[in-house]
Amino acid sequence: MRKYLLKRVFYMILTLFLVATITFFLMKLMPGTPYSNQEKMTPHQIQIMNEQYGLNKPIWMQYLLYLLGMLHGDLGTSFQFSNQPVSYLISSRIGASAQLGIQAMIFGIFFGVIVGSIAAINRNTWIDTTSTVLSIIGKSVPNFVLAVLLQYYIALKLGWFPIADWGGFSYTILPTIALGVGPLAETARFIRTGMVDVLNSDYIELAKSKGLSRFGIVYHHALRNSLIPLVTLIGPYTVALMTGSMVIENIFSIPGIGEQFVKSILTNDYPTIMGVTMLFSAGLVAVILLTDIIYGIIDPRIRLSGNED
Amino acid sequence: MEEKFKLSPDSFEALPQAEEPDNEKIAAPSLTFVQDAWRRLKMNKGALISFWIILLLMILSFGSSFFINHKTLVKSAPQYANLPAKIPGVPINGFNGKLKVSGQWVDEYKQNNVPKGKYFVLGTDYLGHSLAQRIVYGTKISLIVALVATFFDLTLGVAYGIISGWKGGRTDNVMQRIIEIISSVPSLVIVVLMLVVLKPGMTSIIAAIAISSWTTMARMIRAETLQLKSQEYVLAARSLGESPVKIAWKHLVPNLSSIIIIQTMYTIPTAIFFEAFLSFIGIGISSPETSLGVLLNDGQKNFQFLPYQMWYPAIVLCVLMIAFNLLGDGLRDAFDPKSRR
Repeated sequence: MRKYLLKRVFYMILTLFLVATITFFLMKLMPGTPYSNQEKMTPHQIQIMNEQYGLNKPIWMQYLLYLLGMLHGDLGTSFQFSNQPVSYLISSRIGASAQLGIQAMIFGIFFGVIVGSIAAINRNTWIDTTSTVLSIIGKSVPNFVLAVLLQYYIALKLGWFPIADWGGFSYTILPTIALGVGPLAETARFIRTGMVDVLNSDYIELAKSKGLSRFGIVYHHALRNSLIPLVTLIGPYTVALMTGSMVIENIFSIPGIGEQFVKSILTNDYPTIMGVTMLFSAGLVAVILLTDIIYGIIDPRIRLSGNED
Repeated sequence: MEEKFKLSPDSFEALPQAEEPDNEKIAAPSLTFVQDAWRRLKMNKGALISFWIILLLMILSFGSSFFINHKTLVKSAPQYANLPAKIPGVPINGFNGKLKVSGQWVDEYKQNNVPKGKYFVLGTDYLGHSLAQRIVYGTKISLIVALVATFFDLTLGVAYGIISGWKGGRTDNVMQRIIEIISSVPSLVIVVLMLVVLKPGMTSIIAAIAISSWTTMARMIRAETLQLKSQEYVLAARSLGESPVKIAWKHLVPNLSSIIIIQTMYTIPTAIFFEAFLSFIGIGISSPETSLGVLLNDGQKNFQFLPYQMWYPAIVLCVLMIAFNLLGDGLRDAFDPKSRR
């Protein structure tokens, strides 16, 4: 177990190192300088700026400094957003994104499990068909389309929730739904398939013949066993939520990482792009490692060993 | 309740020797693998309808290449800007050139002095482009992206998976570590980096998809190849001295085909979504080129007043996604009946 963990952590660091290296050199390849959008700077001023930001040093030196800085949590200075350090830009915005992401994950999994279980219990009835159709639609409708529709019809027309911006809990509801419907649909399909399997197994027959209540059977026996594989979906969901946050935060004007990322891409703010890239990669790598460990703990049948893929 | 019959030996008659025994014959015609899958697919109504919808959209959008190209896309007619849909002979509000303006249906065509014979089936956008043309073009872009993703899945993904599984040992280990690294970087990040390095547009989207789309396929193919490798027919081919390439082509690929088809059908909607998503946030395809994502972004800005500009592309995109998802599910059931529940 310990050997396995060490190995995994090593690969994790290797991955992040490669990402950092590739992003750094890609960004260095890019045309343009940080000053290209500010007119009228004398060569002397540019030279002073270059010295201040270490841009006059050879590239390998800049690269080493960048890696060293990263170890201290220093991701450089933003070109575009009033010279703020990237780490500050990120840390001041991560709260909103994290809250939204976690809420969406909980919303998606919770309701997905409910919908999926109900469909499995009522297999091959109209309830099952309806939930299958709904989950296909939920999976297919892009979240940004859903977000615009929710914003217009629920927030503007009905006035139930704020249209945009970031304030209290009520501001988070629509973005959470827009982000969470994809995971909800996926979870529902997943749980339904797993539960139908479990419901056909012998121990469910036994529980039935013992005279346990329907709810008791579903809750104690069927649900718990179908929940375990769900852990493997948390990684892909994290990716989906990171991706989704870019567009959902934009639509609802939420001051989060995703919105910042889009802004920095559109304005060629390389240090911020690199910073957020590192953050997203580190987040995903950490989530994948965590879910693998959790999976091994809650389901001892899964062997955690380095040899198996 | 037993009844006994007395049967005389005469009631039995020996069959003539020449006649073939019939009982070994199978009445139904023997089906090939694909025919069998097609038969099962045909029973799935949703998948079948999706199949025809996709085929129709493909014919429509690729066939339109003769009429809708770069030149027609650039041509704008500001005097016809923001006209709602008008189909001659359809008296339904919303399809007869009327638009709801502050609660009242107003004939926009009359107000803007559009000549009598002129009409736009799905209306126009803010520059006077025909929305129908742009939607067809956008659908074509989505389908091209789908084809490209499929191509890389089929070539890179399948080849990588087979090589990794077949070689085994150290090669396999290294190849798997590479996949692990690629897939633990969010594909979004890869896409964004490609878009920053290359210019936003079709090329960079395709490059990004090329890098990130094939890893799942490669993993699944590898896992299956590991199992197939130990089958007797592969051993037989090996001991006969068949070259690995020929074994892969003649023995592995046919046996992997159901996995390949199923996995491809999962890649396609993801790729379509990605293109629309990138264009929607403004880092994918940009004007004067257009795609469903661009149209959605344009439509979203005016959604309050000109809802049709967002609804039509949204409906097309959703139909495309639903069709591919349904067809994917149908194909999974058809090619892998064991998974069906």
